Amino acid sequence: MAGLEDLYREIILDHYRSPRNRGELPVPPAHRVEGFNPLCGDEIVVYLEVDDGIVKDLRIAGQGCSISQSSASMMSASVKGKPVEEARTLIRSFKAMMSIHEHSLGGDETDGEDEEAATVKPDDLGELAALQGVVKFPVRIKCATLSWNTLAQGLDEIAAGVPSGG
Amino acid sequence: MTSTVETGALDLDELRKQFPLLEQESHGKRLVYLDSAASSQRPRAVLEAMDHYYETTHANVHRGVYAIAEEATRQFEAARHAVGRFIGAPHPGTEVVFAKNATEALNLVAHSYGRHLLPEGKAILLTELEHHANLVPWLMLAAERGVELRYIPVGEDYRLDLSGLDALMDGVGLVGVSCMSNVLGTINDLGPIVAAAHAAGALVVADGSQLVPHRPVDVVSMGVDLLAFTGHKMLGPTGIGVLWGREELLEAMPPFLGGGEMIRDVRLDGFTPNDLPWKFEAGTPPIAEAVGLHAAIGFPEAVGMDRIAAHEAELTSRAIELLNERHGDELKIFGPPADPVWRGGVLSLGFRDIHAHDLAQVLDAEGVCVRAGHHCAKPLMRRLGVTATARASFYLYNGEDDVVALSDALDVAAAFFG
Repeated sequence: MAGLEDLYREIILDHYRSPRNRGELPVPPAHRVEGFNPLCGDEIVVYLEVDDGIVKDLRIAGQGCSISQSSASMMSASVKGKPVEEARTLIRSFKAMMSIHEHSLGGDETDGEDEEAATVKPDDLGELAALQGVVKFPVRIKCATLSWNTLAQGLDEIAAGVPSGG
Repeated sequence: MTSTVETGALDLDELRKQFPLLEQESHGKRLVYLDSAASSQRPRAVLEAMDHYYETTHANVHRGVYAIAEEATRQFEAARHAVGRFIGAPHPGTEVVFAKNATEALNLVAHSYGRHLLPEGKAILLTELEHHANLVPWLMLAAERGVELRYIPVGEDYRLDLSGLDALMDGVGLVGVSCMSNVLGTINDLGPIVAAAHAAGALVVADGSQLVPHRPVDVVSMGVDLLAFTGHKMLGPTGIGVLWGREELLEAMPPFLGGGEMIRDVRLDGFTPNDLPWKFEAGTPPIAEAVGLHAAIGFPEAVGMDRIAAHEAELTSRAIELLNERHGDELKIFGPPADPVWRGGVLSLGFRDIHAHDLAQVLDAEGVCVRAGHHCAKPLMRRLGVTATARASFYLYNGEDDVVALSDALDVAAAFFG
């Protein structure tokens, strides 16, 4: 049976206690996008500044549990300053790491196309791999993927020229 | 296991033995079930009644002329009468409608009465503390018919603020109100609301999901026109809910779902609905579930609803006292103070700055089952200024040992998150 230490790794608690890139960015030039976890009411807001194909800056606002907050913090640290395509690869890789149980829960929109695209193995995801223990707690997977889905939505909206949401 | 709570004549040790699930362990610890507001556990008698029905009797109801079909019909209708008697229905045989759950029962009212009988231009009055089940059906109706929705606010004392009731009631055709909040534990005083509604010519539909399992309920003295509740929160199976309504009102309401069972005649150009209550029961009904619900009602009837209510009120009072004593300012309980009449056994907790999900996860590792989240009452959570709480809720099988286990687990969570 999975223990609490599988879920709450020290690195996760560290990001929860000291979240990176917390705050807001002026909109515009930044793009603002909200994500909700309908199960628990967690809300996350991602502010994205993409310039010349690079995620120049991003900030995280909103509130949620330690898993959603630390995942958001780690996400922000791992994509900030990276090319958009690299960010997309990270999103795919992270969701692939989380996806086994998400499918069995009738969960997220990880489609076949995504899975065939380039991904990075969990071992090469750096500290993000610490969140792998979440898959042993299927109900919490949506907490971990919330910020990543929100980031993906933001990147899609920017690519499509959609204005910032509410 | 020792229980020090004053239980009157309730023998918790004996009582718990009748609930198979409560005998098991969780993560190597005694399973402490504190989530009966979401769904209760069921006594062996309910499981045996359903097994017995399937093993000896099952056939579809109101159809076959063979012996087991007649017996299935008899048991199904006997369950209806038992449910009716349990809530003091004047006409149990016609006024008790079986639905899938309380949500479906409330949707039935919104569809049938709301779409067809609610007078044009009349508003609907709800409250800020409703469960989504008594909000969304009306929001859907509002979007469809342009009906105005109003809300009785929740005051700082976690109770409905009735000071503006007269103004709110002006022009209202239907009032939807919960008997007891599933988040705050507040038991609402329906008396003034029913009186004002009826004076204004409005109907009252009450959501009894949290109250019917825990307090003696009499629909006549309550004065409401319609009452919805659900089987799985009152020791019964999932998949069965109840709508009680005054006979002449149900008579006037058109059917909700269409299909078999709910018709008297069908032609290619139309149909004639069946009599009450089958008019509202399209398709094969939850027969075994009705048998199970009948057995479930027998349990509190044998123990005594008054004694159950007293036990839970005492336990709730003791729990609030003990939790405040041990955790002081680190613990916030969202709800009114203990009160034997106006407060039920639901404790919504905020503990330090630990998110409800994280708190519930650590509690789970200690064998303590609580609900974490918005409890299907997002507007109320916004009113409280939180996105989630951890909720402990009591039933007749809970005792002070469960409260102590909860409190000990809170200490573990405090140590874990530092």
